[in-house]
Amino acid sequence: MATEMDLLYLFIAAISAFFVVLVAALVVIFTIKFRRRTPDEVGADIHGSLVLELTWTFIPFVLAMVMFVWGADLFFRLSKPPADAMDMYVVGKQWMWKVQHPTGVREINEMHVPIGRNVRIFLGSEDVIHDYSIPAFRVKMDAVPGEITTLWFQATVPGTYHLLCMEYCGTKHSGMIGSVIAMEPQAYEAWLSGGASTASPAVEGEKTFNEYACVTCHKNDGTGRGPSLAGVYGSTVALADGRSVVADDNYIHESVMNPQAKIVKGFGPPSIMPPFQGQLSEEKILQLIAYIKTLKPASGAPEAAKKG
Amino acid sequence: MSTVATQERQSYLDAPYGLASWLLTKDHKRIAMLYLISITLFFAVGGMFAAGIRMELLTPQGDLWTSDMYNKLFTLHGVVMIFFFLIPSIPATLGNFLLPIMIGAKDLAFPRINLLSWYIYVLGATITLAAVFNGGLDTGWTFYTPYSSVASNTSVSTAAIGVFVTGFSSILTGLNFIVTVHRMRAPGMTWFRMPLFVWAQYATSLVMILGTPVVAITVLLVFAERALHLGFFDPTRGGDPVLFQHLFWFYSHPAVYIMILPGMGVMSELVAAVSRKQVFGYGFVAFSSLAIAILGFLVWGHHLFVSSQSIYAGLVFSIITMLVAVPSAVKTFNWTATMFKGSVTWESPTFWVIGFMGLFTIGGLTGLFLATMGLDIHLTDSYFVVAHFHYIMVGGAIMAYMGGLHFWWPKMTGKMYSESGAKASAILVFLGFNLTFFPQFILGYMGMPRRYHAYPPEWQVLNVASTLGASVLAVGYLLPAFYFTWSLVKGAAAPANPWGAKGLEWTVPSPPPTFNFDEDPIVNEPAYNYKPAREVHVA
Repeated sequence: MATEMDLLYLFIAAISAFFVVLVAALVVIFTIKFRRRTPDEVGADIHGSLVLELTWTFIPFVLAMVMFVWGADLFFRLSKPPADAMDMYVVGKQWMWKVQHPTGVREINEMHVPIGRNVRIFLGSEDVIHDYSIPAFRVKMDAVPGEITTLWFQATVPGTYHLLCMEYCGTKHSGMIGSVIAMEPQAYEAWLSGGASTASPAVEGEKTFNEYACVTCHKNDGTGRGPSLAGVYGSTVALADGRSVVADDNYIHESVMNPQAKIVKGFGPPSIMPPFQGQLSEEKILQLIAYIKTLKPASGAPEAAKKG
Repeated sequence: MSTVATQERQSYLDAPYGLASWLLTKDHKRIAMLYLISITLFFAVGGMFAAGIRMELLTPQGDLWTSDMYNKLFTLHGVVMIFFFLIPSIPATLGNFLLPIMIGAKDLAFPRINLLSWYIYVLGATITLAAVFNGGLDTGWTFYTPYSSVASNTSVSTAAIGVFVTGFSSILTGLNFIVTVHRMRAPGMTWFRMPLFVWAQYATSLVMILGTPVVAITVLLVFAERALHLGFFDPTRGGDPVLFQHLFWFYSHPAVYIMILPGMGVMSELVAAVSRKQVFGYGFVAFSSLAIAILGFLVWGHHLFVSSQSIYAGLVFSIITMLVAVPSAVKTFNWTATMFKGSVTWESPTFWVIGFMGLFTIGGLTGLFLATMGLDIHLTDSYFVVAHFHYIMVGGAIMAYMGGLHFWWPKMTGKMYSESGAKASAILVFLGFNLTFFPQFILGYMGMPRRYHAYPPEWQVLNVASTLGASVLAVGYLLPAFYFTWSLVKGAAAPANPWGAKGLEWTVPSPPPTFNFDEDPIVNEPAYNYKPAREVHVA
């Protein structure tokens, strides 16, 4: 994708260079060739040409549309993470990047990744808007407080690359800079096992789920005072106000922080769940969502019924 | 002496004298001069902030200023240059001075409101300066939430009020221009005989009155969230931080057209005058101004491609942004065609015209890179964006402003300035500008982020080049301060029409009398009616 982005850049750069040279050459040539020779001289009595006007309306229009289609197509492909991607969790915080690997290993301002594997990042922010950017991989995404955004990339060459915050975030904005270290897969595995052993994000999420007593209402068998969360991730949820939403990362994030925003049909309004705004750090919520993703439907029946 | 005075008509500069006569004037020309003095001061202040930024970036370490100081410098550079220099620049000075004369009117429709606009501008500027001296401002000129509304501990509230107040000055000027163009045209001055500068001012005024209220409300919401702790943008209070960006750019993208459309209007006048030729495709140039003004309101989301905006919304914003390229290209080609078979002078206004054409073309084309969604992922928030908008706002708008100032200076002051000084200034600005900002396109593609106090060392060479260019640019901008001042004291008296140009402003004395025309003009020919001499004989 990085190569294609460079190709698109060169394509637009070539078109731009052509028009800059064309306009500059014409202006300079006209200034010299048609320079005023006598003080009273005036220019030719030419008012316009419909053919020329249509030509230089049509050509820029077509070129702009080619750029639009190519750029939009590339953007769409970059927006859809491949299914086989490994998930990483990143939280921006004034002024550092906190990273957690699928195994639970954590780092700050460094991010080790294996080459040749698609890496999908779930991105959150603890305070203000940040922007996670690796210029060498041509990827960038805002970390927006109150939301979870995603991006993905694949490193191809081992090495150390800049990881930069690219949305102004206060005093040490330019210090919110780290490195992405791309390694051979074996080296990455070795590095991972050398790190301090912590539980995986999903396991830590389960701990939080119990610790904050989510489990007392959200029972997997559906008998609790809150809806069962088994199999909820990615499913379509019917809401009390008649709408329905797909239960993605942002929906779960919002429902934890502000349960009154979208209430599941049959559970309000009002929802009896307390808001967890200010109670849970962004990292804990990312872990909680990772745990909820692992909850499979209690029995195979509803899943099969849905598919049928 | 007294006999001379009675024989000559008194110019607007002469009668009456005294500070009070200026501060209480209702003459659009005097108000234009009040604006000229004020915005020149702010241009100097904004330039000093820029110098602070460029000096810091000479070295990769943040060693000249503290991070907080640096953040305040780039914030104040943006706030001062955009709200207090660029937005009022051409409309409030050249527009104020020329629009009534160009359509054959004695003044604007509402002279008192015109004076009120200037006082509101001064009040807004004073409040904002109070914020500068009381802790400064470090949010960036974009005031992004929740940083501005929750995290920053600088004088955001005061600055927000300053920007809020200044907005009314813009709205009143826009209103005044629109009513004037509709109601005050001289007999025979039909819409399609109006100079293209007036068309551009008209389009700009529409954007001013429709867009400015939105940014006023937006900064007021930021103020309410900071001061009253209401939740609009702060997610911990149920707000949406990205909502701010939608509201902010709904005005601030059109604001770019508030800056460049008047510049395009100036360019149409200058190209016609230096070529002594009818503007090629008058109707297309006139309507392309309106097209840019209208399309400009529908593109704000191109600032939000990577801020979690829906990709389908992004698609719509991307395609409409691409459409803006069409009227901009149409204008550029028409200006170029105007010079074809013209009688092109080599006097100083031509130098600014050529500079504008080069820089504006680069500025416009690099906008295409950023409108292309896939590419914007890599380029947004990098120095590529900084380079692009400086090519439009400085290379386009300020180049046109300087060109216009040189072209109409004899009319405004009645004095001629040094031609060689003006040519030297245009050349230095063109070279200095390119040396300052072209390296920033490359830095942006390499990944250098905006608003960085310190940066990785591999980007130093290009940053040094940029700072070097900025020094040349500064000399280029300082020169006019000398030769313009000199012209006021010792300059030769300007004739009514020093350039041999067409247009009602060149039919009145330099400087014009208070009510512009001794007899109400009657217009019976199209704009830019330069007929070759032989046709006059035939007729």
